[in-house]
Amino acid sequence: MVIRLFQIIKRSEITTLKKTINMLIAIFLALVTVAIFLAILGYNPLSVYASMLDGAFGSNYRIKQTIVNTIPLVITSLGILIAFKMKFWNIGAEGQILIGGFCGGYFAYNFAYWPKPILLLVMLIAGFIGGGLWGLLAGYLKTRWHASEAITTLMMNYIALKWIVYLQFGPWKDPNAFGYPTMSRFAENAIFPKLFGVHIGWIIALVLVVAVHIFMTRTKKGFEIAVIGESENTGRYAGINIKRTMLLAIFLSGALCGLSGIIQASAVNNILSSTLANGLGYTAIITTWLAHLNAPLTLVVCFLFAVLTQGGSFIQTAMGIPSSVATVLQAMILFFVLGSELFNNYKIVRKNKQQKEVK
Amino acid sequence: MDNHTAYIEMVGITKTFGKVIANHDINLQVEKGEIHALLGENGAGKSTLMNMLSGIYTPDSGEIYLEGKKVSFNSPKDSIDAGIGMVHQHFKVIEVMTAAENVLLGQKGGILFKKEEKKKIAEISERYHLQVELDKVVNDMSVGEKQNLEILKVLYRGEKILILDEPTAVLTPQETEKLFQIMRRMKENGCAVLFISHKMNEVMEITDRVTVLRKGTTIKTLNTKETNPQELTELMVGHKMDLSIERVEQERGDLALKVSDLTVVANDGHQKLKNVAFELYFGEILGVAGIAGSGQKELCEAIAGLQEVKSGEIMFKGENLAKLTPRKIIELGIHMSFVPEDRLGMGLVAGMDMVDNLLLKKYQKQKGLFLDKKPAIEQAQKITDELEIVTPGISNYPVKNLSGGNIQKVLLGRELDLSPEVLVTAYPVRGLDINTCHKIYDLLNESKKDMVAVLFINEDLDVLIDLCDRIMVLSNGEVIDVVDAHNITKEEIGLMMLGKRVKGGDSVVSNN
Repeated sequence: MVIRLFQIIKRSEITTLKKTINMLIAIFLALVTVAIFLAILGYNPLSVYASMLDGAFGSNYRIKQTIVNTIPLVITSLGILIAFKMKFWNIGAEGQILIGGFCGGYFAYNFAYWPKPILLLVMLIAGFIGGGLWGLLAGYLKTRWHASEAITTLMMNYIALKWIVYLQFGPWKDPNAFGYPTMSRFAENAIFPKLFGVHIGWIIALVLVVAVHIFMTRTKKGFEIAVIGESENTGRYAGINIKRTMLLAIFLSGALCGLSGIIQASAVNNILSSTLANGLGYTAIITTWLAHLNAPLTLVVCFLFAVLTQGGSFIQTAMGIPSSVATVLQAMILFFVLGSELFNNYKIVRKNKQQKEVK
Repeated sequence: MDNHTAYIEMVGITKTFGKVIANHDINLQVEKGEIHALLGENGAGKSTLMNMLSGIYTPDSGEIYLEGKKVSFNSPKDSIDAGIGMVHQHFKVIEVMTAAENVLLGQKGGILFKKEEKKKIAEISERYHLQVELDKVVNDMSVGEKQNLEILKVLYRGEKILILDEPTAVLTPQETEKLFQIMRRMKENGCAVLFISHKMNEVMEITDRVTVLRKGTTIKTLNTKETNPQELTELMVGHKMDLSIERVEQERGDLALKVSDLTVVANDGHQKLKNVAFELYFGEILGVAGIAGSGQKELCEAIAGLQEVKSGEIMFKGENLAKLTPRKIIELGIHMSFVPEDRLGMGLVAGMDMVDNLLLKKYQKQKGLFLDKKPAIEQAQKITDELEIVTPGISNYPVKNLSGGNIQKVLLGRELDLSPEVLVTAYPVRGLDINTCHKIYDLLNESKKDMVAVLFINEDLDVLIDLCDRIMVLSNGEVIDVVDAHNITKEEIGLMMLGKRVKGGDSVVSNN
């Protein structure tokens, strides 16, 4: 007969402080685990971590680079946040980013002669609406036929990706690129200006953090989205128009991702390409989740993740260590933090009494 | 203790969940061949105690003895091996299998080709007068049959101790009587039956001894013959208590709701309501009786606009509710509170705090884009005080962490505070303690005095008869009759619940 020495017991309450400590311990353990992994590969983990930090903060340029990495992650995470709050599992940010880039890019390529402020504004709006509509497709399938959004949004990523690849190899191919399959660079007119050395996307990101936070916590629509997320039935019962609210939230979710796409294409890449999203839409799922669907926290988490990404690409050039170390670390942190949440709700205690045999 | 050993003895049992002490130093002795009631309000610790006896929980401290030998259960299997069987409130049977398969499931040798075993099952079934058709698929069984099957499972395993957790909550009076006969037969065969209930009259009728629990402690064990409901209630509640339910006698007002020819068909094609027709007047409480699943839920939801209606009308002030959206219906002043079995399925947002839950029915009337939480905070404080809701806080404390009774108070408090014109309330006292039940009956009476039209759906027929003006009986989605609550008996309603129209139509209230 099995004798259990430990028992899992439900915790009654837990303070925010304790939750934070739990989370920090989890991050620390993730770092330790990856350190072991690095040591096995024959690197000195401490110096790898140190040069990652150096890569992220070591110079003015590097700090700016870290911030540039933060911007699309924040905006995309905010988009995902709105959908996740409603328990609509939008994992289609990747595709929405691409379509946002495509819709904004359409104006960048065709109307470069417009006055700059007007062109940029139209590009933003086009990216916003484009990403939103792309998301809305999955939303429609969900509300109309209960199609699982986890599947539809994911599959639509590939449609979006292939569409951009098609443009890149076909109709939008740059004729002056000597046959190389690439689109042409955006005209100067279609590139977002810089403020304090970083493209103005950072202002947009900060404004959006505040806006989304207010929207989710202080407005009626945000409240309705949260209610639907908790229980669709209760929403119906309270007289919420479920379909309309759902579609609105999904549109906004996709729209923010699309916005992030066009900003990235214009301000950072200066070109539309099939590598625009490049996993951003998936990383943003992790950051959104780690931030507990809280907009201000999203900013913090995204910044930390940008540090990892920036540090990761630095060690690749500086030490010849694959930048995937950073990705491994990100995934590890997610695992440990998710695992640590068990301890927010339960505690493990040692059984004080020896168990006796039955009969 | 030296010359007499009890069959089951639980000594000094303590069990805590987080900060909540569910059982504190509980002692219980059960003899062979007795029916022993565990009586206590919700949250008194009855189910926790029984779950420890059946091995689902392990006690933090304390000992369990069977026939004088100390035992320790680490899993339900240990407990089953020791001869203890439990029938839970929610049946643990496989719906798509036959009765015989369910019985053999988990037994040595599996469930296939078992002629001899089947014979043995039939024998036991015969001996205890359990009415179970062995080849019938569980899906096609009535609630009573399923319960019999659960008991059969226990008996087949040769268990000598049977724990019944509120077995009568789902039964009609007639089915209850049959269950009691089975229990008596088990007693004659030397089994010990532990009967968990908070229905006083049943405890008085069937049990030999009663152990009363209150707030996790043993209050007293008494011989049923030497006590009475009044004494038991006092022990259970902890103070003197008037058990009678008052009915406010007043002239009813104008017609509020006129339902005619209402038919609702579920997605699977089953008719949930068949040509339902009735009238509800302002200033009256119309009770609805029926076996669980007879169309109560569909009726509530149809009135609230949540259920698609195939045909028929629900007229209120010249408007047909069947054609309006839920929001429009709420605006008309019709409020519904439905307390489902899990208490949280509808009406409340489990993960949100009380303020947000009250806001849920308020925010739509607010102007502009933004939420104003202030009125909801004030309302939350008011309801907390008035209904004595026990909560660590009205904000930042998810309602799902409140106890069941408190959750229901939040739900009902919110609906009543909206000063509705029509109040539809289903199972508002489900699982509540006596004190709170009576508080809620009072609230319903208050509403009636304020000339609210109340449609009150409830399981407890005694309460319906005492509280309501008229009672409508549903059976299989049909209205069997609408009767005057002043001169009808529980048995008559019970028969109607089974679909039999009671003779002597003079009890019928004319419906025009």
